[in-house]
Amino acid sequence: MIYVAAALLIVGSLLSAVAVLGILRFPDVFTRLHAASKAGPLGAGLILLGLAVVSGDWAVAIRCVLGFFFLILTSPVSAHLLARAALRSGITPDSRTSIDDRQINH
Amino acid sequence: MIETVTTICFILLGLAMMGAIVRIIIGPSLADRILGLDTITVLAVGIIALFAVRTGLTLYADIAIGVALVGFLSTAAFARYLLSRGRQ
Repeated sequence: MIYVAAALLIVGSLLSAVAVLGILRFPDVFTRLHAASKAGPLGAGLILLGLAVVSGDWAVAIRCVLGFFFLILTSPVSAHLLARAALRSGITPDSRTSIDDRQINH
Repeated sequence: MIETVTTICFILLGLAMMGAIVRIIIGPSLADRILGLDTITVLAVGIIALFAVRTGLTLYADIAIGVALVGFLSTAAFARYLLSRGRQ
């Protein structure tokens, strides 16, 4: 059981680090949101699941699993809000982006 | 064993938080800075959960969930502010 928790903690930390690497390396806000809103909450959620495994207490484990689902469900909402606000405030996507969704009225 | 694992994870998350701070400092637009703040709150949830694993104080799980809630609300509020500020 302790090995499962250790694997969850390591994978979660690596995913968080990869998310920040994407934030630092990608060219514009929208691609950075791609990196930050998927890998980041999944990494933190996997660390919470590791805490659920290692705690050995049902009350704590259920709360951690609920926190995992809360993170997974709310991160697309906030990322969509932020991308929409960035688009409305006049930030243009990088020129290497092939499909121009700005022509569609959001 | 769990001590070694949590130490490695703390180092990884600390480096990640430094990267997010770099993005907040150099971020060319306000949306980049909001994105960096959102990333910092998510990383803080992970660090608090790791601290709970390290010390065995499972009360910190509740604090992690509370920080996640506040982080979502703050990102939504910042995005609304960016929308209401209009085109620059």
